[in-house]
Amino acid sequence: MTVIPPEAIESEPTKPQAQRSAKGGGGLGRYVLVRFLLIFPTVFILVTLVFFLMRVIGNPITASVGGRLTPSQLQERLHAAGYDRPVFVQYLEYLGNIVRGDFGTTSTDNRPITEIIVTYGGATAELVFYALIVALLFGIPLGMLAAYVRDKWPDVLFRALAILTYATPVFFGGLLLKLVFSVWLGWLPLGDRASTRVSLILDNIPGATGIYIIDALRTGNAQVIGDVLLHAVLPALTLGLLTAGIFLRLVRANMIGSLGSEYVDAARSRGVRESRLVRTHAFRPALVPIITVMGLQIAMLLGGSVLTETTFGWRGLGFELNQYLSARDFVAVQGIVAMLAVIVAVTNFVVDVVAAFIDPRVRF
Amino acid sequence: MADTSLVDRHEPLWKRLPVVVQLRKSTGWQRGMLVTGVVICALYLVVALAAPLIAPYGFGQLQGADGQSFPRTGSPSPEHIWGTTVGGFDVFSRVVFGARTAVLVVVVAVVVSITIGVILGMVSGYLGGWLDRILVVVADAIYAFPSLLLAIVVSIVISGGNSSYSGGIVAAAISITVVYVPQYFRVVRAEAVRLRNEAFVESARVLGTNPWRIMTRHVLRNSTRSLPLILTLNASDAILTLAGLGFLGFGIGPTAGAEWGYDLSRALSDVASGVWWTGVFPGVAIVVLVLGVTFIGESLNDISDPRLRARRRLKQLVSRRGATSTEGAAA
Repeated sequence: MTVIPPEAIESEPTKPQAQRSAKGGGGLGRYVLVRFLLIFPTVFILVTLVFFLMRVIGNPITASVGGRLTPSQLQERLHAAGYDRPVFVQYLEYLGNIVRGDFGTTSTDNRPITEIIVTYGGATAELVFYALIVALLFGIPLGMLAAYVRDKWPDVLFRALAILTYATPVFFGGLLLKLVFSVWLGWLPLGDRASTRVSLILDNIPGATGIYIIDALRTGNAQVIGDVLLHAVLPALTLGLLTAGIFLRLVRANMIGSLGSEYVDAARSRGVRESRLVRTHAFRPALVPIITVMGLQIAMLLGGSVLTETTFGWRGLGFELNQYLSARDFVAVQGIVAMLAVIVAVTNFVVDVVAAFIDPRVRF
Repeated sequence: MADTSLVDRHEPLWKRLPVVVQLRKSTGWQRGMLVTGVVICALYLVVALAAPLIAPYGFGQLQGADGQSFPRTGSPSPEHIWGTTVGGFDVFSRVVFGARTAVLVVVVAVVVSITIGVILGMVSGYLGGWLDRILVVVADAIYAFPSLLLAIVVSIVISGGNSSYSGGIVAAAISITVVYVPQYFRVVRAEAVRLRNEAFVESARVLGTNPWRIMTRHVLRNSTRSLPLILTLNASDAILTLAGLGFLGFGIGPTAGAEWGYDLSRALSDVASGVWWTGVFPGVAIVVLVLGVTFIGESLNDISDPRLRARRRLKQLVSRRGATSTEGAAA
């Protein structure tokens, strides 16, 4: 449930190492390379951290089934899984496995973590994508408007709304939306990614991607598409509004900066229309920090998706993670968290490269 | 961030305390926001301290003094003003006792993370070298990672799934600490790096003052400007993380203590049958507390930021001057 502190929002977030190293040579190619290489220490640190944290409790097997087995049975299980060897040997083996793309196998149902990621990753990616759209659709226009009418009542109202969306935990927001739109008004479904019949169709089409909207579009059946979209409305709103407030504040703060700059005054004195002034002159430079922050936001959305998916029974990675958490399957939890670390690091890399393409100041 | 010029050393001590300074400098709705935030937080503090006096029943109580069990999912009534849950708990009493849990976790989390973060940031920024590089990379890696996932891992480690009250509070607080230490670290480190080369620090070094004394007297005193702001962010996030952990079943069990996130996770299935009181009340309790803390943080940020501070007052000043003499504007 992290929200970036305002000082990180209002100034461009810094990637100190990347910037420092890129300063010497300059050039986009060099920046991309350095930034790419920086993925590895990040992933390495997080994976190491998770590994040693999980080993502090002893081992995942004792933690999950310790009380229910006799000592000899437990010893057997530990030996079979290799947990009776020195921690450092296990750590090296674990790192070696990760390098080969093997994130382990769950202890409750013996499934490879990578398989879980492939099966449920699509659903989470779909949800995060919807949420980003909602966040941008609400955050950017309202932020622009708030900056333009600064300190008047709409500004105060939007800022209050932004704080309110931040202060509401996603699962409570979800609960309220469900209560109003599904139970009281009966407009939208209570949960799940699609109705049972539609899920059956979508899971069984050849070459299913697991991303329901793509699969639904491929069937070309309007009813199926409609069903999938209806199910997505509440989860997308729940997760998206959480981030919308952050985008709103970010756009507002940056727009206030650029609206007060001299080139905007100059353009105004040349007789450029106010709407155009806001949309192009002031907005474009304010766009860069939004893209840079988007990387952190995607990480946050992934965290938020655990809660959103649990709230709506949206069967994605977060939902599965919660299932394994309640089953006390800590091998699975460790594997999924490590895998997410990789995904977050790669996403941040992509976002930083996009930002560098747009804003030359980042790469020099 | 916080402008040190806001503090006049000749004022009495109480007028120099963090929130009081900003309160005196604030105007208009910024002051309104600050006051609202302070009032809300004070209210929760009172509720947390006096929980047993305010709540009509215990948080784990299932039957009244007459030995009769409470109704299950009973709607709000004179005996149970906010109704009862599926398990037969009194919602109002659990919300009241939940304030105590939340306040405890926030206090422990903030104190621990501020202590560790400030010390690490100061030492790392002032001394520099390889330790500094490693700490920065680690802090950046943790910062970019979804904090809830990290908190889950830490809370597995600490509690291993058990749910005693003090154990749960410590587990939640430490999980939050791990996430927030990097934020304090970054801010204090940046300040320490800046101060390291300031003239007064250098002269202290030339005089042969020992590094620890320089760090505590010269660097630390000057690097705490933006701490109140991060502190409020940390506090509001601590509440949300605690609720998130509780929602995922890593909080405090229903008989060990009352925790809003746990209650909300139980309430989720009630919604389908139209039972709203089990979820809405604990949820609103979270939202209002986070709002209160955030209001304080927001207004502190606005007041200390020269770009956002006291615009209206300045405008009035300018227009008044403009009306009396044109010289004012020229000067």
